[in-house]
Formats: sequence, structure tokens, C-alpha cells
Amino acid sequence: MAPPLLEVRDLRVEFPTRRGVLTALDGVSFAIEAGEVLGVVGESGAGKSMTGAAIIGLIEPPGRIAGGQILLEGRRIDDLPYERLRRIRGREIGAIFQDPLTTLNPLYTVGEQLEETMLTHLPIGREEARRRAVGWLERVGIPAAAQRIGSYPHEFSGGMRQRVVIALALCAEPKLVIADEPTTALDVSIQAQIIALLKGLTRERGTAVMLITHDMGVIAETADRVAVMYAGRIAEIGPVREVVKHPRHPYTAGLMASIPPLDRRVERLAQIEGAMPRLSEIPPGCAFHPRCPQAFDRCRRERPGLLDAGGTRAACWLHLDRAGRHA
Amino acid sequence: MALPGAAAALLARWRESDLWWSFRRSPVAVGAALVALLCIGGALLAPWIAPHDPFDLAGLDLSNAFKPPAWDAEGDPAFPLGTDGQGRDVLSAILYGARISLLVGLSATAFATLLGVLLGLVAGYAGGTADAVLMRIADVQLTFPSILVALLVNGVVQASLPRELHGALALYVVIFAIGISEWPKFARTVRGSTLVERNKEYVLAARVIGLGRARIMLTHVLPNVLGPVLVIATLNLGLAILAEATLSFLGVGVPPTQPSLGTLIRIGNDFLFSGEWWITIFPGAALVAMVLSVNLLGDWLRDALNPKLR
Amino acid sequence: MRDGADPAAPMLEVEDLAKHFDVSRPLLHRLLSGEGRRILRAVDGVSFAIPKGTTLSLVGESGCGKSTVARLVVGLYTPTRGRVRFAGHDLHEARADAAQRRRMQMIFQDPYASLNPRWRVRDIIAEPIRAFGLVKGRAAERERVAELLTHVGLSPLDGEKYPHEFSGGQRQRISIARALSSSPEFLVCDEPTSALDVSVQAQILNLMKALQRELGLTYLFISHNLAVVRQVSDRVGVMYLGRLVELAPAETLFTAPRHPYTRALLDAVPDLGMTGRQRVPVGGEVPSPIAPPPGCAFHPRCPLADARCRAERPALLPAGEAVVACHAVEEGRDGAARREPAGALAPDAA
Repeated sequence: MAPPLLEVRDLRVEFPTRRGVLTALDGVSFAIEAGEVLGVVGESGAGKSMTGAAIIGLIEPPGRIAGGQILLEGRRIDDLPYERLRRIRGREIGAIFQDPLTTLNPLYTVGEQLEETMLTHLPIGREEARRRAVGWLERVGIPAAAQRIGSYPHEFSGGMRQRVVIALALCAEPKLVIADEPTTALDVSIQAQIIALLKGLTRERGTAVMLITHDMGVIAETADRVAVMYAGRIAEIGPVREVVKHPRHPYTAGLMASIPPLDRRVERLAQIEGAMPRLSEIPPGCAFHPRCPQAFDRCRRERPGLLDAGGTRAACWLHLDRAGRHA
Repeated sequence: MALPGAAAALLARWRESDLWWSFRRSPVAVGAALVALLCIGGALLAPWIAPHDPFDLAGLDLSNAFKPPAWDAEGDPAFPLGTDGQGRDVLSAILYGARISLLVGLSATAFATLLGVLLGLVAGYAGGTADAVLMRIADVQLTFPSILVALLVNGVVQASLPRELHGALALYVVIFAIGISEWPKFARTVRGSTLVERNKEYVLAARVIGLGRARIMLTHVLPNVLGPVLVIATLNLGLAILAEATLSFLGVGVPPTQPSLGTLIRIGNDFLFSGEWWITIFPGAALVAMVLSVNLLGDWLRDALNPKLR
Repeated sequence: MRDGADPAAPMLEVEDLAKHFDVSRPLLHRLLSGEGRRILRAVDGVSFAIPKGTTLSLVGESGCGKSTVARLVVGLYTPTRGRVRFAGHDLHEARADAAQRRRMQMIFQDPYASLNPRWRVRDIIAEPIRAFGLVKGRAAERERVAELLTHVGLSPLDGEKYPHEFSGGQRQRISIARALSSSPEFLVCDEPTSALDVSVQAQILNLMKALQRELGLTYLFISHNLAVVRQVSDRVGVMYLGRLVELAPAETLFTAPRHPYTRALLDAVPDLGMTGRQRVPVGGEVPSPIAPPPGCAFHPRCPLADARCRAERPALLPAGEAVVACHAVEEGRDGAARREPAGALAPDAA
């Protein structure tokens, strides 16, 4: 059987600090198949962006990958030297970040940046690169693409810039795109345009996407599967419909219930008491147990792994019985 | 001796702080702090630890003139670093001179800090015309080397004072001149930080309550712009000591009756080529040690307070 | 109550409020390039009223002027035109009046910037108490601060700590405690939950609703999040490029939106119900408020635009329970009745 496009096994990321080593990611495992959209949701500090950064090798020092493996089509990429990883990052993995200005170089025109990216990673000449650059700008919906090719990033509006970033991430025809909060900085009406565009383009070329966001609505609309993260660990992972409609992990359930509905007014929103623990104060056992309404003794002592919860897999002792039966 | 509760708590907090942690991990900072402490301690305690009193003319003996340092064959253990042309002990002169240098350096820096922070706050918070006028003055002044400004101010003030007051006021004039020449650095930094802070929501919250401008500036903005000021003040202390030494070396600084390290270097300079090197080299070395250690401390402080480098 | 104040008057009345910012290049640059002055009409003629004890929300995308309205109301900006009446008093003359200011407070968006990092929490909360001289003596002040901390779900011991020791949600509680410390009747809330995670957002929204019930507070609520607005509002105003395009009771606005822009906004919200409903993205981008399009500012993005929309600016006219600024609605060519309510959930989600 062919290995999945991307496989992350037991990933652990640590930050050594003055007051001891902080574990930002702890035993994170998941896989993305070719052409699949995996959503990664969680609250700020849950480790979702850290996971993306680890895959593209952009963890800021002093953070480091302290354990586990990252495999792209069965080859390990977490232990590659910087240069090799950099080539893979452009050619096989594209990246889209929240702020387009961090991705675009303000000193070059968007055309130059697109051409440069393609010339570096694809076996094509300058003429062809230029032709394709215009094509990409048209594809991402930039009006009068042939004229705008000579414009600098600051001459575009926020939404248009994010379109350029998408073109830049896709133009080397990568197999996987990591999109970290691609629409968070944009207005609702522009958000919808960008998500539709990203979804359309990746589906059309069979590109896999790891979509990192805190917005469950975006995930519900876009992803095939979703991983819910909490305190540096995966709490639940499964098909998006299952996770959204029938969450098995009490955290996912609480998270879904606390999202205010658009179609009706409720007198009191469901809320999860407390807040996600800081990395320095992650409790023993299940990291969610102090906030969990269903916590029992074992949750406080022993950390649950991902167990089969019927439809999804959840890191929760409530699902031990089912998992035991299936084992 | 038991410390009072508040002081003990403060000490405990300091020992817990990130600053103390980063200090202990930086050998350069620890070394610089030791040297600086030695310089400052020596200067403060000069009257008690100096082997001789260089101002006591009765104690001078011309037969002791031009004695080389004690380790030299012709040296005298009573004068560890030798003597000058009048038989004055060089070590004692350095200890007393460092006192003057430090006094001028600290006072000038304090003056420049006070002036700069105040004007910077006003420029940043008030904006408009006040900002434009203050910052253009700062810009013009920054186009001249600050030692030139200090020289000019020193000269003008001296010339406008009655002669009989020169001796009594010379020290204050030097402090004023050096302070005036250094304020724009503080003002620009503080203005920049103030522009950032004044639009933060905690300042808006205070404005919604209706607090006055002065109160907001002093209680809200000021405490949040002081971090960089501390760094510049430390770095500036070294520069101010150097500026004073330069003025005194040129003979326009502190009065000869209160010789600073700069004065000592100037006096010793005359003997350098006749072989009595110790008269100028030791005060020079003391000046270098003082300025360098303070500067290294400032450098460390800048890195330690910069969240990006932490 | 002061003379002339009508006890039945709305808590807040805003009439033809406008704020223009001069964003011209420097004079020298203008002279050399022959460029004129550039005026940003952040708010351009907005009127509304908020009855006591109710919540009016202003929604819109970034740059629509909703936050500028909030700042005009609390007096952080002086209006270019129009007036603000608070509890029956004209505000620009009462601006210096501490008695009016005490009754009006503000909650800000960024819990990391809204608390002075160098102050202890108890001093932050006590600041309005001291500014208005509300209690006598240290002991009484401490007691009041402890009571406020408890009220917003924190511990009285938290007063000794500094802001950085708290999470985003806890900081927002501290912000609310500070706003409540002068016992105001009216709170301006500028995106109070948009910097928070959803589970914490729910906590803060519940707290704000509970406080409103308990203390009879009146809210002006600014947000870009329509789902949040639906939960807290009695009435909702939709803003676009410095103007109100629709103002309606919340229920009406969400079940029968009239203005094409309101509908577009509702359509753009991601569908959590997973009905398979296709989102219809609004085309185009928000134009620059420095050079807004002539006529109706929304016409370049509007599917219903015609020649009149391009030439003539629509006025706010009553349409059912709502007031709407749209020629198409006025002329009855918007087909409002045929439209399904946005965001309907699939049966299995209920």
C-alpha cells in the first residue's frame, strides 16, 4: 500500500526556557492523503500553527523537534539539512500565512516573484514562466492580470494580496499546501471569496491542503477531515461531518456548543469554564480534565491516547469500552 | 541584620526576575558590573581609602616628585602608582578624580534624561505644533557632534557669568552643558514610544474617564516608555564621563582646583614624552575601565530588555 | 437628574453624526504634485437612538466606520457634524461634565492592550473610582474592587496581580470590572470578544448579558461577527462606508434582511450546519472611503444596481419594521419575499 502523502508520527516540539522545558506539541500523529483537505482547529496556543511550522521546518529557535517523525510520501523530512528542506518547501509543500505581507517580498513585482518561484522549482524557461504567471493571476481572480503583473505587493488590497499569495503557493504545483489562518485577516465577504478560490484550485489539481484555522465554520465548509487540538495534543480527529455534528470528545462538544448560532438567539450560550492551560501548567493525565464536566478519576491520573470513538477517534477515556471491544 | 519586609520582598522579586536571570548568565555583564562597582566604590570611598590627600598642599613634598610606580626599582611603596611633578600620589589623585568624573557624568545624564523624557513625552502626547517645534530643535542639534554643542554651551555660559562666580559655578556649568548636548536622544526615543502608547486602549480608557493630559502622561504613558530610557541612560553615562574628560582635557571643563580624570590626563600629557608615562597612563586606564564597564552594562541591558532577543 | 432632561428619553440619541479625517499629503507634496486635499469620510451622517436597557449593535466590515461611531459617542473624537444626546443632554457641551462621563464607559477589543501592564489589577479597576471620587477611604475602595472582581467571576485576591498573569478572557473580565466600577448606565463595547477564542467568547457574552439584566445596562455593541450580534442585540444597524444602510430589530434583520449588502453579509458567513448550502461570495472589494463611488456606495458590488443607484444616493426609508437605504427596496424590485432565511440548519442539527 502506498504511504500517505504526509504522515506525522508522535511529533513532539519543545521550547527550552529559563523555568524548564515547555512542551508545545506532545505526541501529535495524523496523516493527510493526496487530494484531501485536513482541517486543524483549536484555540490560540493549542499548537495548530506549531504543527504547520514543524512540517515546513520553520519552528523559531530555541524551539526544536524533540521527537517523532514527519514523512512526505514515506520519506522523512524532519531531519533534513536546511537547504534540502528549503527546496522541498517550495517544490512539494506550498505555504499560505495569515498576513500576506510576510510572504510577499515588497521589493519585487508580483510577476517577478511568481516567475522566480516557477523557474526555481519547475523545468521551464523564462518565456513560459512569464506566460504562466499571467495565467495564475487570472486563475486567482485578479482583474486585468496582464497589466497587474508588473505591480508591487503594496499596490494590491488585502484580499487581492491574499489571492497573489495563493497563486505563489500553488504555482510550483506542490502536492501539499499548508494554509495557516489564510482568511483571518480578511473581512467576511472577502473570506468567502478566498476560501472558495482555495478550495476550487486545490480540488481541480488534486492538491492536498492542511487548513489551520480557529474558525469552525470555515472548516465545516472546506475540510474533508478535521483534527481538533488542545494544549499541544490532538483531542479528536475524524471526518468533518462526524466531528461537527456528533463530537465524541467533551472538549469538541463544548467548543461546538459555544459557537454562537446565526440562525437563532439563545438566552445563554453553552460555555466551557476556565481557559486552556498555559504550556507551563499543563495538568497531568488528560489536559482537559480540569474543565471537563465528565472527568473521572482515571482522567486525572493517566493521559488517554486516541481511541476509537465510533466514527472519529478521540483522546478520551469515555471511549475506552468501545475501543476495547474493537481491539 | 533582618531586612525590612518591603525591601526583602523587593529583593526576592528581583531574584525571581528575568533580568537577574539573564544577568547571571552573561559573564560579560557580571565582569562589567564588578569593574563598574570597583570604579564607583573607589570614587565614593576616596576620602577613606586613598593613601594621601591630593588637595592637602601641606602634605606635598617636592622631593617625592616623579616617583615611578611602586614595582619599579626606583618606586616607593608609599606611592603605589607613582607621583606627579608636585609629588602628588597618582592613585589618590585618580580616586578623587574619579569622584568628580562620576559626579559630572551622573548629574549630566540625570539632567539630560529628565529634560529629554519630559520634552519627548510632551512632543509625543501633544503632537501638532509642540511636537514639530521640539523635534526640529532636536534635529538641528543632532546634526552637530554633541561635544561641539557642549563646548559651545559651556563657552557661552562661562562668558555670560561674572568672573568672580566662575570658580564656584564651573562644575554646574559643565554639567548643564553636557546635559544639554545629550537630551535629543532621550526625547526622540521617548517621543517614539509615546506615539505607540498613546493610541493603546489603556490610554483611551483613561481618556474616556476624562483624566487630564498631564495625569495620563505621568501615570500611564511614562511608566511604559521608561524601559528604553534606562538603556540609553546607562550608555549615555559612559559618554557623559567621556565628554567631561574631553572638556577637561581641553582645559575648559571642571576647574583645576577640582581635577577630574580628564584634568589628570591633560596634566600628565606634558610628561609623557619625558618618560614619566604613569602620570597620564593610569588616569587614562581608569577612565577606560569606567566608561567601558558602564557601556558593556548598557549593552547587556539593551539585549536583556529586548523581548525579541530573549 | 438635571433640568431639561426627559426621563423617558432614549439613553443615547445620535443625529446626523459625521467624522471626517484629513489624510492629505504634506503641504509641500500637494503643491509639487498639484494634488488636492484628501478627506476620509469615516462616518458620514449616521442617526440612531438606543432606548434604556436595550442593546443596539453596529455591524459592518473593516473601514465601515463602526468603531469611529463608538469613539465619537464616548468623546474620544469630536464630531465634524451632528450631535450626540446622552440621557437627554447634548454631549458636546457636557463633555467636560464628570457627572455625564461617570454614567458612560467603554470596553475595548484587545485585552492585551486595554490594561496598563505596569499597574496592579486593583489599581486598574479603582482608577475610575478615584477619578470620580466615588468612595471615601482606602478600605471602602478595596471592598468595592473586591466586589467588582467577584461580580465578573474573578477572585478578590486577583487584585494584587498584574495583567500579564491572566489569560485573554480573564483580562476582558478585568476590563469589564473597570468599566463597571463607576456604576455606569451605558456601555460602549468595541468588538469586546473578537480577540477571544470561541469558548471564552461565550463566557464573556454570557457575562455581559447577565450584567445587562442585573444592572439594567444599555449597550452600544460594535462587532463584525453577525452570529455574536444576533445573540446580544435588540436592534441592529448595518454600516457600509460610513453610513447606515439598514437599521432593524434584530429578529427582523436576521430573518428578513432587506438591503442587498445585509443579505450578502449573511450569505458570506460560513455554514456550520453543513447543509451543503453554497455560500455566495460577494463580488469585489470595499471601495476606499476617501473616494467612495457616486450614488449608492454599494452599487459596484450590488446585483440589483441600476442607473439610479449609480447616480443618486438612497435615503434611509421605512420598509416594514426596518429602515433601509436602497432604491431597489423602495421600488419593490428586491424580491424580498422569495428569499429563504440565511443559515437555516438541517433538521438533524436541531
